[in-house]
Amino acid sequence: MIKSLEELKKIREQYKDTLQNREAEEKNIKILVGMATCGIAAGARNTINAIIEEVRKENIDNAVVVQTGCMGFCYAEPTVEVRMPNSEPILYGKVDSERAREIVKRHVKNGEVIREWVLRG
Amino acid sequence: MINVTINDIKLKVPEGTTILDAAKMANINIPTLCHLNLHDIKMVNRTASCRVCLVEVEGRRNLAPACATECFEGMVIKTNTKRAIRARRTMVELLLSDHPTDCLVCEKNGNCDLQKIAADLGIRQIRFEGEQSTYEKDSSSGALYRNPDKCIMCRRCETMCNEVQTCSVYSAVDRGFETVVGPAFNLPMLDTQCTFCGQCVSVCPTAALTEVSYVQDVWNALHDPDKYVIVQTAPAIRVALGEEFGLKPGTIVTGKMVAALRRLGFKKVFDTDFAADVTIVEESKEFIDRLNGKGRLPILTSCCPSWVKFIEHQFPELLDIPSTCKSPHMMFGAIAKTYFAEKFNIPADKIVVVSVMPCIAKKYEIQREELKSDGVENVDYVITTREFAKMIREAGIDFTKLPDEDFDNPLGESTGASVIFGTTGGVIEAALRTAYEWVTGETLQDVEFHGVRGFEDGLKEATVKLKDMELKIGVAHGLGNARRLLEDIRDGKRFYHAIEIMACPGGCIDGGGQPYHHGNLEIVKARMNAIYEEDRRKPIRKSHENPAVIKLYQEYLGEYGGHKAHKILHTHYTPRETI
Amino acid sequence: MPVRMELLVCGGTGCQASNSNRVLEVLREEIKNSNLENEVSVLMTGCFGFCEKGPIVKVMPDNVFYVEVDEDSARKIVAEHVVKGRVYQEKLYVEPDTNEKLPEQSKIPFYKKQIRIALRNCGKIDPENINEYIAADGYMALGKVLTEMTPEGVIDIVKRSGLRGRGGGGFPTGVKWEATRKSKSDIKYVICNADEGDPGAFMDRSILEGDPHSVLEGMAIAAYAIGAQFGYIYVRAEYPLAIHRLRIAISQARELGLLGKNIFGTDFCFDVEIKIGAGAFICGEETALINSIEGGRGEPTVKPPYPAQVGLWKKPTNINNVETFANVAPIILNGAEWFASIGTEKSKGTKVFALAGKVNNVGLVEVPMGITLREIIYELGGGIKGGKKFKAVQTGGPSGGCIPAEYLDTPIDYDNLTALGSMMGSGGMIVMDEDDCMVNIAKFYLEFSCDESCGRCTACRVGNKRLLEILNKITEGKGEMEDLEMLKELAETVKDSSLCGLGQTSPNPVLSTMKFFYDEYLAHVRDKECPAGVCKELLKYYIIPEKCVGCTACAKVCPVNVIHGEPKKVHVIDRDGCIKCGQCYKTCRFGAITRK
Repeated sequence: MIKSLEELKKIREQYKDTLQNREAEEKNIKILVGMATCGIAAGARNTINAIIEEVRKENIDNAVVVQTGCMGFCYAEPTVEVRMPNSEPILYGKVDSERAREIVKRHVKNGEVIREWVLRG
Repeated sequence: MINVTINDIKLKVPEGTTILDAAKMANINIPTLCHLNLHDIKMVNRTASCRVCLVEVEGRRNLAPACATECFEGMVIKTNTKRAIRARRTMVELLLSDHPTDCLVCEKNGNCDLQKIAADLGIRQIRFEGEQSTYEKDSSSGALYRNPDKCIMCRRCETMCNEVQTCSVYSAVDRGFETVVGPAFNLPMLDTQCTFCGQCVSVCPTAALTEVSYVQDVWNALHDPDKYVIVQTAPAIRVALGEEFGLKPGTIVTGKMVAALRRLGFKKVFDTDFAADVTIVEESKEFIDRLNGKGRLPILTSCCPSWVKFIEHQFPELLDIPSTCKSPHMMFGAIAKTYFAEKFNIPADKIVVVSVMPCIAKKYEIQREELKSDGVENVDYVITTREFAKMIREAGIDFTKLPDEDFDNPLGESTGASVIFGTTGGVIEAALRTAYEWVTGETLQDVEFHGVRGFEDGLKEATVKLKDMELKIGVAHGLGNARRLLEDIRDGKRFYHAIEIMACPGGCIDGGGQPYHHGNLEIVKARMNAIYEEDRRKPIRKSHENPAVIKLYQEYLGEYGGHKAHKILHTHYTPRETI
Repeated sequence: MPVRMELLVCGGTGCQASNSNRVLEVLREEIKNSNLENEVSVLMTGCFGFCEKGPIVKVMPDNVFYVEVDEDSARKIVAEHVVKGRVYQEKLYVEPDTNEKLPEQSKIPFYKKQIRIALRNCGKIDPENINEYIAADGYMALGKVLTEMTPEGVIDIVKRSGLRGRGGGGFPTGVKWEATRKSKSDIKYVICNADEGDPGAFMDRSILEGDPHSVLEGMAIAAYAIGAQFGYIYVRAEYPLAIHRLRIAISQARELGLLGKNIFGTDFCFDVEIKIGAGAFICGEETALINSIEGGRGEPTVKPPYPAQVGLWKKPTNINNVETFANVAPIILNGAEWFASIGTEKSKGTKVFALAGKVNNVGLVEVPMGITLREIIYELGGGIKGGKKFKAVQTGGPSGGCIPAEYLDTPIDYDNLTALGSMMGSGGMIVMDEDDCMVNIAKFYLEFSCDESCGRCTACRVGNKRLLEILNKITEGKGEMEDLEMLKELAETVKDSSLCGLGQTSPNPVLSTMKFFYDEYLAHVRDKECPAGVCKELLKYYIIPEKCVGCTACAKVCPVNVIHGEPKKVHVIDRDGCIKCGQCYKTCRFGAITRK
């Protein structure tokens, strides 16, 4: 039973994540994960899930995480592209779940491009 | 008070006044059709459905129905603009375009509100032509005739039936052009909880609702040489019949009425009042028995067949409280075909008993199985006051010029007590006059019990001292009032020793078979005054003192409430369902 | 593991009718077969509005909008898009002008100019899950109202927002609330009118199906504002899915204490009950609706008194329709100024229209007031089907009027539509092209009004019937010039004289077509011709001599033997005897027979 506005807000926060995916159109940061056969074989599933978890954990609510097809860098899978507003897209290679979390924390949250993992950009 | 302007006339009216009433105050008559305000019985038909009373109100987008629109401060009303008149005429034309034009042979010819408004508005052609709605006609009850083709959807019958009489037989059914007022599932009226009180007929503006007529049957019997046709007239006829011949409402025409019946060819002209006196002695006997512990109290009068059908449908669990006495005209029929037949040596199967009644339910009552003797009806035909007047006119009798004549004997002798049966409170007052003397053994000096009289109160209460006993009396007229009373009795909220109930507001004087009052209940009040006047004129005013009644018991019936009296004069009731 | 991808399947009645339930099942099966059920979920949402192209499946967060998805393409979507991250091109919307495939919903012209307030959650949340509504700021407005605002304050915001009733009349909602608030009574009611009866209109159904809580929240706010304790939702029995979802919503709201006693710990108590109507159009009229709830015949009574003074069970009652209530919470949260910034001077906010008829994109659109008819029909609606010529657009349901091409650039608001002899109504919008006969259209709508009239008042019961009979006469070629005068005069009188809104507006289709398409009436009456070739009795059959080869087939099938001609020579129809059965037209293999 909700007995105050605060209790309602608590429920709202609790379920906010459920709408994250569906509010994608209103978000201005896009994180794309290469999920073609090559990507999946190299562990992209773990990568994308790690990114999503980290985005939620860090309360980044203006970022969309989507999968995409092969980006042509099969030697460097899994690949992740980060598109921040007003800047060129950055493509990272060999992103395992650890790198993925770092990218979210440093690049997506704080705007710091992690040069050593960049494939292009 | 608020200020309004109607057709440039400025006036102040109380808040809540309708445009229609405000206009009346300014001596402007706005034509109406569906509207009906029977203030005295709290019935207002404000359906605003006919759209005839439309007027222009300044600042309003569309026309306003005067009957259902309340005035507001500063309202400016125009009743006779081109726009209002065009709409008004169009509405009447539209109604006429969907109405049979058989006025010349219509039951309501000359009495029809639609006919009158068409004449008043000077309508000479119906510009619209098209489909006419037709429906099944219904005379299943032998009492009430429904011809929905003539229904104009004013809903007065529905308001009367639902709100005043609380029987809820009628409702608008179907949709669009096919809409009509009728009983649920379009059942025959006989299969509904209709009590045939006929109040719907009293307020129907057209001939959509009328009585089933037996005029031709009565003529046939009168012209049949093998039949011995006798007639009885109810107390309420003599104070209303004159209206049909242009006499002032409340004119007592007893003598002329008797003369007219003789001229129509009835062999004997008798009086239901005689039988009413018999009813009183039987019912008083039953009442005293119940007071003495033989049976349940209260006792309810059972003269009104509409009311009897009402309790059978609506309160089947209370059927042990009405008196078992038949209604006076059924007692008359039973006496006529036994005592009278024997005494005058006329074979009972040759006797035709005609009742002239203010009532439509009486037409239904005579068909009830338990009121027949060996399958033969004790009363053969019931005609209403209106049908009776038609016969007089048809026979070319100049009613107002007739001499006054007396009823035949022995079944024509009556007392003041029986005359007042025709109005609300009358039956119980008559019973009190007899019961008082029988219980106390004293002579009643003042026979008038004013506490039970009157039209305005739908529910009346009075206390009468009978020696050391306080007798509580209840009187209800109008079935809605009866319902309230019975609910309280059923729920133990009120107690009475005796109750009188009449289905029609005001009692039989306002019965469904009386001359049309066209919404003017002052007419009914005048009839009531006439009834009490007739009572005062009578030399004998207590039923048990009627010499003909005393003789009837001596010669034929034996004891009051005895075995033979019971066989001939009492009945029983049947629980019925409602739909 | 959080869900990284969601497939939103339209669960509106329209898409369900084209098997979206099965599509949903297939998507779930395939996702399970791919072992992705922990990462990808499939859920049914409310209506997306683009019924023309249903069933709709939207993939989020990828923001890809699939149209006309069937079982087979559902499998492909999973195999390609969900598993491999490749958009399945075959079921993207194709822009007809450019043949371009448009994966993003917001880029599709049908959605481009839409602003979704009333439909904000339709197609976005699971209507059967109150938590998703709450996650989308649901019940925040109610919480704010109950804990921070006075009833007068609420009425003030709603008044200042300029919100007007979305059900037909366009009466200012705040003013209505204020009138009900001012009526003194210990008991008051709020009624939600969900008796959507205009043919082709289904915005209320969509809202109830797609976002039932938005209506409950709006009702509760109204109840607080006017001082009511109880509400009814009067919904037609023909809306089983809406009723089902409403029932779920009510029970979920009760469980969380958002309906019931002491809501948000305040003194405010409010609960609602669903009343199911039998589908009589007239029960959308508020007094008829009240009669129906009370168990009486669904027929209107005279106003005044208005329900705000004497309503349900003789108590002050506020009645608004579904779409109106759905607008309330956003107004409270975003402010009156925000709402008033959308729309025209006298019509604020948005309006949902049900676009139907001869237009390419049939469906539900929510657009700002002030958008032009042309924008709706040609941009959102994608123009006229088959490249035909636009003739008229009928707005406002059966009581609306027909608006011709010269007014296509009229900004849509309550007052402009009324000025054109039509009305906003509940937002029906039916497009007609050159093949529609305007006399016949008027007849069609009048037939509806005749059938749905409650029959109470003379003007509507008999007047509309007589109007219809005159129209029948005209379309049968039996009309005379006097009939046209009579038609106009009677139509005006019925409008002026009827008891309720039905009769006061039912002649609109007649009057507006007479005003804008009088030449068509003249053609029917004077020339005994139906220019659009619709009215059967007025059709004339001709043989085109250049095409006739004299095969005699037509002469053989003619049941009244009025086609003459020698074999191998051009035949001729003797039109005097022709009964217009059309047999020759159907039989001719050379296209040599024409009718007009």
